[in-house]
Amino acid sequence: MNLDFSDDQKQLQDQIRRFLSEKCTPAVVRSGLEGGEPFARDLYRGLAEMGVLGVAIPEAYGGVGLSHLELCLAAEELGRALAPVPVASSIYLAAEFLLQAGTEAQKKAWLPRLASGESIGTFAFVEGQGRMTPDKVAAAVRDGRLSGAKSPVPDGDIADLAVVAARSGAGRGEQAISLFLVDLNGPGVTRETLASIDPTRSQARLAFEGAPAERLGGEGEGWAIASQVMDRAAILMAFEQVGGADRALSMARDYALDRMAFGRQIGSFQAIKHMLADMYVSATLARSNCYYGAWALASGSSELPVAAATARVSATQAFQHCAKNNIQVHGGMGFTWAFDCHLFYRRSNALALALGSLSTWEDLLISRLQGANTQAA
Amino acid sequence: MDFDDTPEEAAFRAEARAWIQANAPTHLEAELKRAGFASSGIDSEDPMAASKAWQKRKAEAGWACLNWPKEYGGGARTPIERVIWGQEEGIYGSLSSPFIIGHGMCGPTVMAWASEDHKRRLLPPLASGEEIWCQLFSEPAGGSDLAGLRTSAVKADDGSGDWIINGQKIWTSGAQHSQWGLLITRTNPDAPKHKGLTMFFLSMSTPGVEVRPIKQANGQSGFNEVYFTDVRIPDDQRLGAVGQGWEVSLTTLMNERLSIGSGMSTGFPELFDFCLQAEVDGRPAVDDASVRSRLAQFAVKQSGLKYTGMRAITALSKGETPGPENSIGKLVAGATMQELAMFALDIQGQSGAIQDESSPMNARFQQMLLRSPATRIEGGSDEILRNIIGERVLGLPGDIRVDKDVAFRDIPTSGRK
Repeated sequence: MNLDFSDDQKQLQDQIRRFLSEKCTPAVVRSGLEGGEPFARDLYRGLAEMGVLGVAIPEAYGGVGLSHLELCLAAEELGRALAPVPVASSIYLAAEFLLQAGTEAQKKAWLPRLASGESIGTFAFVEGQGRMTPDKVAAAVRDGRLSGAKSPVPDGDIADLAVVAARSGAGRGEQAISLFLVDLNGPGVTRETLASIDPTRSQARLAFEGAPAERLGGEGEGWAIASQVMDRAAILMAFEQVGGADRALSMARDYALDRMAFGRQIGSFQAIKHMLADMYVSATLARSNCYYGAWALASGSSELPVAAATARVSATQAFQHCAKNNIQVHGGMGFTWAFDCHLFYRRSNALALALGSLSTWEDLLISRLQGANTQAA
Repeated sequence: MDFDDTPEEAAFRAEARAWIQANAPTHLEAELKRAGFASSGIDSEDPMAASKAWQKRKAEAGWACLNWPKEYGGGARTPIERVIWGQEEGIYGSLSSPFIIGHGMCGPTVMAWASEDHKRRLLPPLASGEEIWCQLFSEPAGGSDLAGLRTSAVKADDGSGDWIINGQKIWTSGAQHSQWGLLITRTNPDAPKHKGLTMFFLSMSTPGVEVRPIKQANGQSGFNEVYFTDVRIPDDQRLGAVGQGWEVSLTTLMNERLSIGSGMSTGFPELFDFCLQAEVDGRPAVDDASVRSRLAQFAVKQSGLKYTGMRAITALSKGETPGPENSIGKLVAGATMQELAMFALDIQGQSGAIQDESSPMNARFQQMLLRSPATRIEGGSDEILRNIIGERVLGLPGDIRVDKDVAFRDIPTSGRK
């Protein structure tokens, strides 16, 4: 039994944490919020140079060639630091799509550039309100040209490459959907940055009018591939969420030790102490579920879909719970622009929706447990 | 990362499995599997006799109290081997329930504080299940605030050195089956409350000891009150120094939280099965969106506890001490079980109120509903556990204690003016 990371992996995690605590300062995190650049370009370059972006990408494609376990720990640190960089879009999603479904030529063309940070990728999936279903996909490709609109697309305003889910071919339902690579700097693409609850990670609307599109994976296989890749990304994002939850909890704990009221540290009041204990409980449950996810991701287990939904549901709740109660423990100061509490609150609620909402993942989890049950019977 | 055994662990597992296959009371398997939430499930023979027989058999072959030294009747095995044994023993492990308090709490306390002669006399029959122990701690006036206990021990005035005990204990599991008890008393009411306590052990057949079952809120009687009227205990049955009882009790309580907190079920697998079978509006309950959402919530708690446990086992496997994350077990399991029972009855609609042979799954959820309030209190209430997490894990300051430096006899005993 070894449900833990190795000493080498933990050492790498420490290095990333030290790097981020130095380079990812509150001013850097706030830049996007206060009208600066939509992402921290220097920080992103630094992460690329450290090998963080390419950590799980094979050396043949310009990566470091370690495993997804290292990427899980990197994700935890990016979440802890609230790093305003497009790692989720470019690495957990775009690079993962290429690794799972790309041809040799596609991998060779794009993976080295994503690993080096020279290019940014994203996944353009959602069209409008509510849970995404195959029926809602209106974007379509004919004769290698994409038309339609995707919104919101995380990091869509800064990305160079999009993996786009679009209608093509004669299939119905899920089989009507295929994936396409679209160069967002090419013709037929217009983008518009959207206002969002968390401007530290930008969102955009992408409109396509006959943009050149190259298929990624088989025709009609887009929905199935997207589902697999989103499971993998969900585990990585759950690590970000656990990192964020952990940091929100430690901020609240530190404040409860520092702040005096009624002649005593507020952390000595059970109302505060028990709130913090409950934050610790949800963060701990989420962390353990994430370790299960990490194991499934790294071992390629058939339990991966269950593990991904479990980690995702648990970590979403833990981060939301810790971030909202971090404000509560801080009292009025927690609701000021100057204190960082709202950054965690914003991020926790934005991540709760990225890759699909909590209720979507709850539903997926139960479907998958039913499937596992049928198989076992 | 992997869920595999090391070669040594695999060898131990194979040895344990082979012995269990050859020796377990397989004729009881079906009954044990049928066990309800608060019953052993055994009705073909006396459940206590079945428990004692299995324990004795294990002890004779060196499989009892695996982590205890051999000279005290244990198996001298490592913590990870104990975990593996538990996994292999599986459903037969539930036969050990009469011995949990003795093996998990009283035994370790005796081992830490008793004389060598006493250890050699008391521990082997405790390990083998021939003698059962109970823990005489809680009182009507001292539960979460255990140090508020009032049962008194006074030196006999005949020069014998004996102690005379008077008072009442409550919530004593298994007192009616016990040969021995671990007893905490107040020997000095003039000292502050934590400083005037002393620990003893005694035979439950000592004159003046009276055990009365408590009829619980759920109608069962798993706990007792124990009354002490001029009970005489020799001084050599004292554990630790006079006035050191609080320190001795901490040995017991630390073990209590570890043994009760590990591997607790929330009832999720049973609820999931039920939702696959039950119908809501003519469709399987599991097809209902609100049911799915609640199920997912329970599922991630169950899974979180399971993998938190595996992280602790990982630490044991590496020869390390598990981290503080283990302290969440009972807090999560107790509260989840109660919510889960309420939800299962909700799905049953108005029929959920009925608890008879027509109730789904042998009325498991009705039993769970009525028993679960106790889970949130016994072995450290939810509130005490949150204090422990807040103070020992997160490093928050303790509450301000108004009775800390006050002589025990001067502490107010009623909130009424």
